[in-house]
Amino acid sequence: MSKAKWMGISKVRESIATSSSEEVTASYLDTILKSRINGYVTINEGAIARAQDIDKNKDGKGHDGVLAGVPIAIKDNISTKGIQTTCSSKILQGYVPPYNAHVIERLLDAGAVILGKTNMDEFAMGTSTESSHYGTTLNPWDHEKVPGGSSGGSAAVVAAGEAPISLGSDTGGSVRCPAAFCGVVGLKPTYGGISRYGLISYANSLEQIGPIATNVSDIATIMDVIGGYDPRDSTSIKQEITYQDSLVDDVTGLKIGVSDEYFAEGIDEGVEKSVWAAIQKFEDMGATWEKISMPHTKYALASYYIIAMSEASSNLARFDGTRHGLREEGENWHVMASRTRAKGFGEEVKRRILLGTYALSAGYHDKYYLKALKVRTLVKQDFDKALSNVDVLMAPTMPTPAFKIGEKIEDPLALYLTDVNTVPINLAGVPSISMPCGLVDGLPVGLQIIGNHFDESTIMRAAYSFEQNTDHLAKRPAGVE
Amino acid sequence: MITKDEVEHVGWLARIEIDEQDADSYAAHLNTVLEYFGQLDEVDMENVDPTYHVMDVVNVFRKDVVTESLTQEEALENTKSRQDGHFKAPKIM
Repeated sequence: MSKAKWMGISKVRESIATSSSEEVTASYLDTILKSRINGYVTINEGAIARAQDIDKNKDGKGHDGVLAGVPIAIKDNISTKGIQTTCSSKILQGYVPPYNAHVIERLLDAGAVILGKTNMDEFAMGTSTESSHYGTTLNPWDHEKVPGGSSGGSAAVVAAGEAPISLGSDTGGSVRCPAAFCGVVGLKPTYGGISRYGLISYANSLEQIGPIATNVSDIATIMDVIGGYDPRDSTSIKQEITYQDSLVDDVTGLKIGVSDEYFAEGIDEGVEKSVWAAIQKFEDMGATWEKISMPHTKYALASYYIIAMSEASSNLARFDGTRHGLREEGENWHVMASRTRAKGFGEEVKRRILLGTYALSAGYHDKYYLKALKVRTLVKQDFDKALSNVDVLMAPTMPTPAFKIGEKIEDPLALYLTDVNTVPINLAGVPSISMPCGLVDGLPVGLQIIGNHFDESTIMRAAYSFEQNTDHLAKRPAGVE
Repeated sequence: MITKDEVEHVGWLARIEIDEQDADSYAAHLNTVLEYFGQLDEVDMENVDPTYHVMDVVNVFRKDVVTESLTQEEALENTKSRQDGHFKAPKIM
């Protein structure tokens, strides 16, 4: 393989069968080495040895896992034993987790080979991957544009052919946004669907780990490996779902809800057209659609940010220089911790911790945090009501295509506003998949398909049918076959 | 409105040292965002309960038995500041 390629899991497995996991892995590492997009923070130095290990077992009883020898990229906030995990922050530079996240255990059991850790907004706080301490990731479709965020690296490396599949995490759109901006498929599962054990928390009542791939079938394959109950995450929920079973090309009778609130002021005309064309396509394929109202959508963003920042201010208290990462000098613990955190955290992380601390502090708790939680109830009720009348909701994932690097980074609020269509889904805890539905000026547009709690099978059936009956996923960035 | 002094106070609560010359720009950024948050005041929340958690999961217990865990050495391997099997930190009081 000389040129970067999009290969789904089945193609990768064919390649491994005719050559070896070592050869396939080496080829990906070579592509990564020549890359200019800065998608990885850390390359797994043990990748080749791991691939050789799987190869040795190929003919024996060893690895018959569905991902035997298949390379995968992992977002840098998911703990990987023996591989540096930084959350793209200076404060965790050099931190090597002594244990694996639940999803990593599952992937390794299935035979996967970790290529490396992908770049992200620092502690997953952002929509562009520009807040990474290790430099921004470039969008493979246009190097002057952001890849989206916060899982920008995970989406960009898949789009650039530097990994066949990856894992991201989605707190307020962090899987779906970069999947949309990079023209690949990304799933935010139902809250509780995947164990968060080993995911370094940002806002734990909102976030889920989610897969990114070049096709819907691969999303199902990964979900069958990483989904399910784990007692080490007390919010993980017992559910028996076989994601593969949802890969059915049939949307006859599917009821789609479309809410005007997701096509609000400021939406790009090209994005609006692409998404409506997709809904029209579903109608041609036998589905029906109707307008529905989700009146609290406009308040979701403020509610989301108050909750996320409040939870962040608590979750990130553990980075105090005592047990790992950076430590500054100070005459007592408080001064040491305050200096370590001042030096180790980037500007956006500090702003969010300060705002979260303020929102939870005496006198302001009821004004901000409690109100945000009540609005969360109202937003969730909007979803409950809508999804009792229709099977899925469809909306643009992002209101615009990828924007320019540097365009919004100086204006935090402008950046927050781009999350308007993704954060309500996390407040409600429902699943949502983003998949390509067209190009605007050469940049991908994401269609978001949202479903009821633990009804991934319906949104994946819709996504799979759309994929089978359109050619949007045949389009790739320049230089990628 | 959050003042420069309040920023420094919140910085102390959050254990993030804030330089005096940076406090103004933090205050400006924070006020822009807080002003945006203020729009929640227009929502009618009478008789609305807060949602702390979207799923109906309460009181998840496990049996109080010893299971496998990290060794002391593994737990300490990310710091140079240790002594006698403990993390070593500057005095707190």
